[in-house]
Amino acid sequence: MEVHLSPVLNFAIYFSFFALTISLFMGLYRLLTGPTLPDRIVVMDLVASLSIGLIIVYIMATGQTVFLNVAVAIALLVFMGNIAFAKYLIRRMKK
Amino acid sequence: MIDWIAAFLLIAGSLFMLVAAIGVVKLSDVYMRMHAITKAASLGAILMLASVSLIYTQWIVWVEALMVVVFIIITAPIASHMIAKAAHKGGNPKGPGYIMDELEGVDNEGVEE
Repeated sequence: MEVHLSPVLNFAIYFSFFALTISLFMGLYRLLTGPTLPDRIVVMDLVASLSIGLIIVYIMATGQTVFLNVAVAIALLVFMGNIAFAKYLIRRMKK
Repeated sequence: MIDWIAAFLLIAGSLFMLVAAIGVVKLSDVYMRMHAITKAASLGAILMLASVSLIYTQWIVWVEALMVVVFIIITAPIASHMIAKAAHKGGNPKGPGYIMDELEGVDNEGVEE
């Protein structure tokens, strides 16, 4: 689907892709060097928000608004993942 | 005019997410990192959703953007609260600069299974 956006919006889309990619690499750095397990779990939350942002910028660039469903699913699934990780941390501590 | 507002919202949202990522790299502690992520990244996602609902004005886009905003607002504080409680109960090391810690020593009771 071809969309024609104004130049200022094109610049905003390129800038947002750049900033979100830099943020993803920062999250990767913390994921690799995080000293403890909760640090890595926190990075999962960041990566979920970043992927919601990437999906939104992709929707802006291509006009495929069906991908908002993916954003809804990510926003729900990450909550489940966080709760599961918290339960796992508490149970791991009890042993 | 709408284009300028949408571009401003998009850039502001991505800058908030960039600030959250910088906070994750630079801060010294799991609690401070969580403080950086939960607020800044949620605000960034909300601003970007506002931008996309300004450009694409079908009602289904508005409904789904509103759904994502409501889910983020409801779930982000609960999730980070659970993780912080589990990390504090597990004795996660604290960085420098803490003035007080009201949960010091009351961890062992009051945390459910």
